[in-house]
Amino acid sequence: MKDINIEEKEREFQAKIDANIKIEPNDWMPAEYRKTLIRQISQHAHSEIVGMLPEGNWITRAPNLRRKAVLLAKVQDEAGHGLYLYSAAETLGSDREASIDDMHAGIAKYSSIFNYPTLSWADMGMVGWLVDGAAISNQVPLCRCSYGPYARAMVRVCKEESFHQRQGFEISSTLANGTPEQKAMAQESFNRWWWPALMMFGPTDATSKHSALSMQWKIKRVSNDELRQQFVNVTVPQATLIGLTIPDPDLKWNEEKQGYDFGTINWEEFNQVVQGNGPCNKERLDARRKAKENGLWVREAATAHAEKRKAKKMAS
Amino acid sequence: MSSNEWPLWEVFIRSKQGLSHKHVGSLRAADAENAINNARDVYTRRSEGISIWVVESKLVAASDPKEADSLFDPADTKIYRHPTFYDVPDGIMHM
Repeated sequence: MKDINIEEKEREFQAKIDANIKIEPNDWMPAEYRKTLIRQISQHAHSEIVGMLPEGNWITRAPNLRRKAVLLAKVQDEAGHGLYLYSAAETLGSDREASIDDMHAGIAKYSSIFNYPTLSWADMGMVGWLVDGAAISNQVPLCRCSYGPYARAMVRVCKEESFHQRQGFEISSTLANGTPEQKAMAQESFNRWWWPALMMFGPTDATSKHSALSMQWKIKRVSNDELRQQFVNVTVPQATLIGLTIPDPDLKWNEEKQGYDFGTINWEEFNQVVQGNGPCNKERLDARRKAKENGLWVREAATAHAEKRKAKKMAS
Repeated sequence: MSSNEWPLWEVFIRSKQGLSHKHVGSLRAADAENAINNARDVYTRRSEGISIWVVESKLVAASDPKEADSLFDPADTKIYRHPTFYDVPDGIMHM
């Protein structure tokens, strides 16, 4: 039994949401709203951090200095995005380090797309163009999310992601217009990333378990299926323009809905990867755990240095 | 492990001379100097600022949202503090 007081507060809270008034950290909010946001924002942060790994893999092998500088800047941005998001989650009372440990223990999730390997240089193109492209489609509506700190972090993230997508498209288009071998490399990579990119929008609306309440609370503003459809509609013409073929025999323009019909996603594969059985799940988690362990002495040294500096200041 | 975590700092950035510092977010760092260096990397990768302030989050005192009504409502009734409250005859210029 909820007491009257809570029901009244919940009504007021929903009225604020309905009036598009942002919720700020110290405002009253339902426990479930807080929990949902902490889960979503920290998963999002983990995704940014784990997302550095597939691309970090190619920094030393970038084909020229320009590409290397760009890739470095992009990977650094992803680290920054992770940090904006961890600090947004902390405004809700989430413990940053505990949440990172939850990820390392396999309790907290991150985006499954990063459990796919980056096998060729063309994958750097596809990750930027398709993976960041799909992420942008997901993130643009989050700029209007009801929770202030999350929405503000998303504004920064979206601004920075647009460079990511363009650099990925540039790599893809350069390869697609290159030698026959380069074009084949681009197509092979496109074939591997297309379906996982579509899975990034999550389960279908009919099966998505978190959607209804998140929509009511304006944490989520557009449904998974709608976002997926938008992504297909904008990406197919981009692929066609640079001469790549969509690996989907069922893809065709539907005049009536003014959008593309596309084939059925392999949800079995999606579930397997979410459950930890994707090609790189273990490798990614191992890399993150190792990074934390190997960085420990740096964090300890910084703390010791800060204490020393403080003591010196006190003495002078 | 969590007890060893660095303190949280609020970060304020002045985007250019003539504008005030504006809150942009927070980060963790061992001390103030470390916080400024981290803020440089996290919040000014695209020339967003020319000056950084950091304040340890626990030192920020904030008004309670529950008291917002009693704090801010009194201003609502004092519409005579705005120039639009006053009647000015047609034809009066530069006022």
